Amino acid sequence: MSVYFTEDHEWIKVDGETGTVGISEYAAKALGDVVYVELPEIGRDMSKGDEAAVVESVKAASEVYAPVAGEVTEVNEALEDAPETVNAAPTGDGWFLKMTINDASELESLMDETKYKEYCDGL
Amino acid sequence: MKTQGRPTSPVAANDAMQPKTVSGNKALKQATKLIFETGTPRRTGVDLPEPKGRASRLGDHAREGEIGLPGLSEPETMRHYVRLSQKNYAIDLGVYPLGSCTMKHNPRLNEKVARMPGFADVHPLQPISTVQGALELMHELSHWICTLTGMPAVALTPKAGAHGELCGMMAIRARLDADGQSQRRRVLVPESAHGTNPATAVQCGFTVDEIPASGDGRVNLDALKDKIKSDPDTVAGIMLTNPNTCGLFERDIIEIADLIHAAGGYFYCDGANFNALVGRVRPGDLGVDAMHLNLHKTFSTPHGGGGPGSGPTVLSDALKTHAPVPYVVQTDEGYDLVEHKDEVSFGRMCAFHGQMGMYSRALTYMMSHGSDGLKQATEDAVLNANYIQASLSDVMTPAFGGVCMHEALFDDRFLKDTGVETLDFAKAMIDEGYHPMTMYFPLVVHGAMLIEPTESESKGELDRFILSMRHLAEKAKAGEADMFKQAPVHAPMRRLDETQAARKPVLRWTPPVETAEAAE
Repeated sequence: MSVYFTEDHEWIKVDGETGTVGISEYAAKALGDVVYVELPEIGRDMSKGDEAAVVESVKAASEVYAPVAGEVTEVNEALEDAPETVNAAPTGDGWFLKMTINDASELESLMDETKYKEYCDGL
Repeated sequence: MKTQGRPTSPVAANDAMQPKTVSGNKALKQATKLIFETGTPRRTGVDLPEPKGRASRLGDHAREGEIGLPGLSEPETMRHYVRLSQKNYAIDLGVYPLGSCTMKHNPRLNEKVARMPGFADVHPLQPISTVQGALELMHELSHWICTLTGMPAVALTPKAGAHGELCGMMAIRARLDADGQSQRRRVLVPESAHGTNPATAVQCGFTVDEIPASGDGRVNLDALKDKIKSDPDTVAGIMLTNPNTCGLFERDIIEIADLIHAAGGYFYCDGANFNALVGRVRPGDLGVDAMHLNLHKTFSTPHGGGGPGSGPTVLSDALKTHAPVPYVVQTDEGYDLVEHKDEVSFGRMCAFHGQMGMYSRALTYMMSHGSDGLKQATEDAVLNANYIQASLSDVMTPAFGGVCMHEALFDDRFLKDTGVETLDFAKAMIDEGYHPMTMYFPLVVHGAMLIEPTESESKGELDRFILSMRHLAEKAKAGEADMFKQAPVHAPMRRLDETQAARKPVLRWTPPVETAEAAE
């Protein structure tokens, strides 16, 4: 399984033809305490860059964008009652949704962990 | 959980430092309970006789249980609210540098005029012949607004800034539909925009296309051109704030207006920051098609705490035929109201005629200042903001270089590695006796601190404010993070748990008995 990152601080963990999507540690830290997460409907078709979810913290409300095109297959309903999981484990239990990956070549435009780390250091 | 982000949990108060009183009061600052805890439903402040000989007509709908309202005597009620008001902070108490909110002084002359019975005691359904003075005031205000903005028409009725945005965008939509351009549904919005802009566009049935900011805090012109070029036939317009939320003048505004017009779209200008332009720049000369004014910001009518706003919206020649009803017209017999929708007006923004109390205050402000005074107020507001920016730029970090408009924007680079965050800095300002600036907005600036002093503050007042800010910035850099994490120590309440309040808001008071039962 490989993990890719976007410039908007989403990550996608690829497992065959599906991916799990969440926000990065950097994003969770920048947002501060997350107080609310709005998840998409299962079955929604998303293009790359579409708004996939909304995450609200004590500082701001932000959109989470689809890192690649695909269909939502599962959402992390546990976040609705326990949004703090996003802060506690942004790359683990704090995942947002699972999706199909329509076109694996779209992953090539994303960053791997090392590149993403360099990208964050430059911010 | 890990709280690497902004720590918002309450820091344990060092209560040992503060001697406790039996009453809970601190000197003559009274402790205040909730009104439900002060009064009881079994007590009443008034003695009314039991109604006799009147059968209830409610039938099955009559209430059976207690309504549960707290009963208080008049002095108890007075004390409750006066105590609360003493805990409040107001522009009448001190500097209120809340950026983007324009907390300027509300002249008392405005209040005197607003209380005149001919303006204060009128009813919206009164015969027109009995409210000629009020209508004349509305007509005169419209004239002043059109003159100051350089626009041909104004809809007075919108009741707040965002309501004015809605009015302007509905006019744009009505015009597009009238011209058979209903496919134009894409509205371009810069990423630094007020949150109400994209919300308004969506509410009106448009889709929002975000334009990134350039490195100097303004609209990225190349990105805008690309956005237009990608599908010019779908462009409905642009919503742009000028000066923008970074407190900067959009210097390419005329080119932006030309680009939008050439693409067949309309230019909505968010006039929330018009207080930086009055008397100096007329939006009509910049190619604006619609813009709301916040009478409660630019023209000194009171606001805050959800009080009455007023957002008159000026419209260009292209849009004015779609203006909402009602509006005032002058006839040979005096003033009249056009109340009925003709085929091109998009309808009405509210049931009656808008916020009369704000109209009378705003016109009083305009007439008492005169055109020269309004211009000077604008210049003083910009001068004050620049004085603050210049006086703090060696200890704090301005987000963008150069001259600002009516507000000074700092980021949190100066707090890097100090352990102090923007929130802590804001809380420490409370201890210094200042309402904090706007923080974490605009979102495009990291740890933003947006300071808007307005023209109301004297140089002496600004110097005292600057002294406090410098002191805090130096303390942060000297490694006194603990002081900041403890702040506020002098406020009636210490740091509150914002995270918990947002995650598990308690919106309703429940009597202790009920709570005890629920626990069983």
